[in-house]
Amino acid sequence: MNEPLIDGPSILFLIFAAITCLSAVAVVVSQTVVRMAFWLVLSLGSAAALFFLADADFVGAAQLLIYVGGTLVLLVFGVMLTASGPYLKIATSPGETILGAAVALLFMFVVFSAVSGVEWPTDNLTRSVAFNPAGNTLRPLGLSLLGTRPDQDLPDSDQLSPGYLLPFEIVSVHLLVVLIGAAYLARAKRRSAI
Amino acid sequence: MQFGLQAYLVVGAVLFVCGLVCMATKRNGIGVLMGVELVLNGANLNFVAFSRYTSLGLDAQIFSLFVIVLAAAEAAVALAIALNFYNNHLTIDVDRANKLKG
Repeated sequence: MNEPLIDGPSILFLIFAAITCLSAVAVVVSQTVVRMAFWLVLSLGSAAALFFLADADFVGAAQLLIYVGGTLVLLVFGVMLTASGPYLKIATSPGETILGAAVALLFMFVVFSAVSGVEWPTDNLTRSVAFNPAGNTLRPLGLSLLGTRPDQDLPDSDQLSPGYLLPFEIVSVHLLVVLIGAAYLARAKRRSAI
Repeated sequence: MQFGLQAYLVVGAVLFVCGLVCMATKRNGIGVLMGVELVLNGANLNFVAFSRYTSLGLDAQIFSLFVIVLAAAEAAVALAIALNFYNNHLTIDVDRANKLKG
């Protein structure tokens, strides 16, 4: 009976979940866009910590690298390039604020009741043996992006389970096209037509 | 005391609702983009939680990786559009984008 009331990972989960939720609320509430960017960094970073707690180490690392390191820098550059003053404020009227808060609380109530009303199947034990549940997802993730899924192969079959090679290629080409298009859209305009 | 799938889903729901309200109420175009990021992050949190607690396994993590990559692409294009909008209108207020209103 010496079991503690709450164990370490649960305490960490509580802390990071609280930071995530409060920072997300602060993103909505804060008025200047620079403060919104700061709270968004905090929210996305602690969401990455939640990913680590859920044994998704590669996804958490990718979240930290791509979101917090890349997308947020992009957003801050957008803020810098579009602000006409140091603290640009585009305020909404009080009536709109009250209406928005009411709709938000109502919608949150709907989503919470939907989430808590479902009996989710948690068959954690039926997971295949080759997939190591305690983190260490780098190798199976890389293999599945290369097109093989050794964690899904049936033991008595010669067939290989299909992976995600084609979606990976599509997403790669899509990213290339999108970045070229974004650079084309955001280029500096020529002053005079030739 | 252990936190299971339900707790992750609640956090994801909070992120989703905050992002949706951010998209709907912010008049700054960059703020709307931040709302989109919050919504996508809530969906990602749900994917990872289902990967951990149900038999969905690795597929959910791969899907959340795709979501992260596509969110980066979306942010790049949307920021380019926002920059163009600022160059043409000298403001980032999305309420001023009413040229196509019938």
